[in-house]
Amino acid sequence: MSADKEIKFSDDAYALVQKIIKRYPEGKQKSALIPVLHVAQAEFNGWLSAPVMDYVASLLNITSIEVYEVASFYTMFNLKPVGKCVIEVCRTGPCWLMGAEDLVKYLEKKLDIKEGQTTADGMFTLKTAECLASCGTAPMMQIGEKYHENLTLNKVDQILDECRATVIEPISHWSKKEIKA
Amino acid sequence: MGRKLLTENINVPGIQSLSVYRQQGGYETLKKALGMTSDAIVEEVKKSGLRGRGGAGFPTGMKWSFLAKPEGVPRHLVCNADESEPGTFKDRYMMERIPHLLIEGMAIGSFALGAHSSYIYIRGEMMYVFHILQRAIDEAYEAGLLGKNIMGSGYDFDLYVHCGAGAYICGEETALIESLEGKRGNPRIKPPFPAIKGLWERPTVVNNVESIMAVVPIIKMGGDEYAKIGIGKSTGTKLISACGHINKPGVYEIELGVPVEEFIYSDEYCGGIRNGKELKAVVAGGSSVPVLPKDLILKLANGEPRLMSYESLSEGGFATGTMLGSGGFIVMDEDTSIVKNLWTFTRFYHHESCGQCSPCREGTGWMEKLLHKILDGHGTLSDVDLLWEIQSKIEGKTICPLGDAAAWPVASAIRHFRHEFEEYVKNPQNIKKDHHYYRVNNISPEFA
Repeated sequence: MSADKEIKFSDDAYALVQKIIKRYPEGKQKSALIPVLHVAQAEFNGWLSAPVMDYVASLLNITSIEVYEVASFYTMFNLKPVGKCVIEVCRTGPCWLMGAEDLVKYLEKKLDIKEGQTTADGMFTLKTAECLASCGTAPMMQIGEKYHENLTLNKVDQILDECRATVIEPISHWSKKEIKA
Repeated sequence: MGRKLLTENINVPGIQSLSVYRQQGGYETLKKALGMTSDAIVEEVKKSGLRGRGGAGFPTGMKWSFLAKPEGVPRHLVCNADESEPGTFKDRYMMERIPHLLIEGMAIGSFALGAHSSYIYIRGEMMYVFHILQRAIDEAYEAGLLGKNIMGSGYDFDLYVHCGAGAYICGEETALIESLEGKRGNPRIKPPFPAIKGLWERPTVVNNVESIMAVVPIIKMGGDEYAKIGIGKSTGTKLISACGHINKPGVYEIELGVPVEEFIYSDEYCGGIRNGKELKAVVAGGSSVPVLPKDLILKLANGEPRLMSYESLSEGGFATGTMLGSGGFIVMDEDTSIVKNLWTFTRFYHHESCGQCSPCREGTGWMEKLLHKILDGHGTLSDVDLLWEIQSKIEGKTICPLGDAAAWPVASAIRHFRHEFEEYVKNPQNIKKDHHYYRVNNISPEFA
């Protein structure tokens, strides 16, 4: 996003944010912060820049530091640009028992990046995540809101191919489809 | 075949929708509850003996009776759906498949507590379940089951779903409340307890998803009837999420008291160890509880069978026992490296420590580094002693139980598998082959 371009939610996202704020008592609008940051991440290319966080602060009538300290605490918020598809591989014990380590190594080799990096074409960012509550269907990874479970390397190949073929704009946990709904 | 109270209708096609849920008798119990007094509902929950299903096992009815009720101050019921304890996936399974059971439980619980607006706090990673819950809530509003004067009772009740954004610590109730207020998930010092000053400084009860769902069958059948199920003080049914090296991983609703051996080997549950391997160890209640070797998980120290109940799993204290915890049942076969598995857990706690208390913030990192050193073949015997010392200096010395949760897996692994640590230290050249790492199924040839 260029610095001069105005930061503003789409009409759908703005309406959704107003709806979210109403879920909390008057004067407690700060409670809406985490859900609103999810919406912001979906609206602004999958990550939260300082100007985006300032914008969220102004919408909720709180200070910017109150937004920064929250955004930097929770692992789902990206404070740096990411690829269109952020792959989050669960790495904790139960998934490790089922081959998560293989999965990470395979993805690193296949995408030619290390964990935490983004591919040169901006398509994929590879992250590891702590337990995603999918231990009975391990190993697994998450892309956007979708859980990909009981993974095999063949399945991983298929998922990557499908992403390359279908994903045009960044996908976030709070999907664009759900913002419009 | 044990009785199913929560999962009885889970496989009915369309049960996710309000219409099918109601065809199966859904919201009839709410109707019954709205005809009772709030004290009578709390009394039934007390009589049921229900204990918190999130991990701590505190009696739910008692927790409800502690709620302060100052005049003119709103109070809240908050559902803890931040399920993040490694090995635990029962709440996600339930909310995804039968969301109205949670909504019905929230309405009954809130009515009993005199709360007029309540929240479900779901972890952000489960965003698709967040939307499932939101749609179910919308349906319930349209049908007059939520909102003003629900079911014509004169009781007004609003229910909201709120999402987190990736922080295990928010499963701790005061951290969850902080997070719900739009802050970092730093646990609060207790007292004051949430029952006195919780969400927005108002009296608040925080209950796990499964506990709230269990209120529905309790009110339906009566607390006394519910208490007849199970064994001793472990009443009712419990959802166990089983994973690891078993033939049938999944969520099982058991009557508390099933022998552990039956749970692992019977086809009704886990179906035995996969690939014909032998059982090595089990973490019975989520990653935080002590790991037990085969002989101690199957039998008590006196040789009697160990049962899936709060009391039997903790029999023998931490010397020979463990805890039922969240019901996250992680099974490890004979090839598993206890040290390596422990390292993944310790890395987890280090990653998830909120950073408020030095023993936890620093200690979890030290433990992770020491385990890494041992796995890397550079460990010494004094490192094993140092690990023991560090965990003992975290336990009980932090604001919230995350410190204990990080210490117990380390303590129990050393207590029961010290020989494995020593082997890694004495014969580092053997680590590579022993240092098992599991392969993904159908590994492609160029990678294997």
